[in-house]
Formats: sequence, structure tokens, C-alpha cells
Amino acid sequence: MTTPGEEAPVTSDFVRSYVITGGRRLPSADELSLHTLVTIAPDRTLPLGAGPEVRAIWELCAGGYLSVAEVAAHLSLPVGVARLLLTDLFEQGHLLRRAEPPRAQHVDRATLEKVLHGLESLIG
Amino acid sequence: MDSNPSSAEPPGPATAPRQDGSIYVSSAVTTAAKILVVGHFAVGKTTFIGSLSEITPLRTEEKMTQASVYVDDLRGVTDKTTTTVALDFGRLTLHDDLVLYLFGTPGQQRFMQLWEDMARGALGALLLVDPARLEETFPVIDLIDEYGLEYAVAVNTFDQDRHYEETEIREALDLLPDTPVVHCDARDPKSSGRALIALVRHLLDRAA
Repeated sequence: MTTPGEEAPVTSDFVRSYVITGGRRLPSADELSLHTLVTIAPDRTLPLGAGPEVRAIWELCAGGYLSVAEVAAHLSLPVGVARLLLTDLFEQGHLLRRAEPPRAQHVDRATLEKVLHGLESLIG
Repeated sequence: MDSNPSSAEPPGPATAPRQDGSIYVSSAVTTAAKILVVGHFAVGKTTFIGSLSEITPLRTEEKMTQASVYVDDLRGVTDKTTTTVALDFGRLTLHDDLVLYLFGTPGQQRFMQLWEDMARGALGALLLVDPARLEETFPVIDLIDEYGLEYAVAVNTFDQDRHYEETEIREALDLLPDTPVVHCDARDPKSSGRALIALVRHLLDRAA
């Protein structure tokens, strides 16, 4: 088991990722951040020839909104791989995204106030 | 570093239903915010996230390419090796239309590539500190500064018998006068929540 913050060498898993992504470079966080909420758009059909990972993403994401990180965790996919497959689905028009792609160091006062209010009601 | 390849296996997929049995974010949610919970190894990040999260904390893996890995961490291993770092995170629904994600982020310099990803769009960072291992916090503060994150310090008080003066912590960590320092017990949801509130109040002050 890998404790958070610790590393372990990747062996066969690395090869698996390479196959799933077709050897492509993993996308940056520009479009889909770890906390971007995604779901499958209504009335879409699973692309023909979709691999098992895309099928699994489709099945999971058809049920509602989850963050990119949650999709990766539920399917035990490395974040980079999940993000690449989700980016493909997004570019093909199958995926809906909630919330704008985050800008670097952008602080939104209204969001902060809402977070504060929410935490205060939760903690009491 | 654990060199046993079989140890790279993550725990099984954690399906963590909310009280209504759904793993999904409520359909009314339009905004997802992110706060980083940072600190050195074993400072209590996962415990902190677990005490607040409405879902069982989830784990993801991020692959680190060789460019981000310093040689001394992979002594005797070829430079083609990719390493994996495990990240734990949790979720809180704070409002009908707002969820907050808490991401535990390891503080080692070799994870800079990861920080770039994590820092993007983050509201700020809560820096967990173990008062008995203050020096291990220095590299974490360097990373926070490097990515321009606003932060507050939460002193995780595992050991009730020992009392640490705030001034000791401030001096040791060379904090700015307005950086909040709060004590918290990461196992206690209310205590952890109060630490987050102190951070968000500070973020609002700085955003003003």
C-alpha cells in the first residue's frame, strides 16, 4: 500500500497507462482540473470502439456529477490517464463540465464568503 | 521509499455513499472550490481530511515523470523510472450549489510538478504542523511561497501533555504577523473545521 506522500516505483502499471492512452502525452490541467465537476451529457451514445476504461468512465459519469479526481479514484485510474480520457470525451461533446477552468491564483471573494458561511453553519 | 512493486497497488475503489446513498455531487451544485491541506509526511493530512469529509476520503495516484524526480530519490534506479504519489482527498457540500474539495498535498520539493497542478484554482492552503518536527515544515513553506498560495497554520496537537506557545511556532517558522496560527486536533471534526474557518477568514482579509 502506498501511503500518501510516499512513492513507489511503477512497473506494469506504467505500461498499462501507456496502452490506455495510446502513448499520448497526458494533458495539462488547463481544461480539466482535479476538482472540475463532470458528467456525461444527456442523450449521448457511447462511442463505437470505446475501450474498457472509457466504458467504465461512461458508466460512472452517466449517473451524475463527480470531480475529475473522484472519477480517477473510483475507477482506480491514475489521475493523468483519467484526465486524458475525460478530455477526449469533452472534445467529442460527450462530457459536460460544471464550473470554469480555474485560473491561476484567482481568488473569488463571493466563493470565499460562501465557503466561510457554509463551514460556520456546518461546525456551529 | 518503498521499493516493493506490489506495494504500489492503491486500496480498492472506495465507493463512499453519502447519507442518501449516492456518490454523486448534488445536481444543484454549480461551483466546486478547492483548498489544499499541506504538510510534511505523516503530519496528519489524511486524518484531517477524513474528519471533515462527507465521503470516505478517496485516493488518487498522480504519476511523476523523471524530470520532476531528483536523482537522490532514485539512487540506483534508472532515470526512465516513473514514480507514483498517492493523494487523498475529501469533499464537503457547503451550500446547495457549492462543494469544497480538500486535497492532501505532500510537501516534498520533488513534487513540484504536482503542486503546479494542485495550486491552480486553489483558494488557499492549510499548513498542518507537528510542533515536535517544525524543521520538516520548512520545505513545505518554500513550496507554498513558490506558488503564491495564501495560507494559515494549524498546529496538530497530538500530544495534549505538551503545550507549544504560538510565539515559538511563529518564530521558528518565520511567519508574517498576520498569518493565522491555530491549534487543532485533526481527529476532531469541529476542531478541524475551526482551523479551516480561520484559514478562510484570512483569505477573505487578504482578498479585501
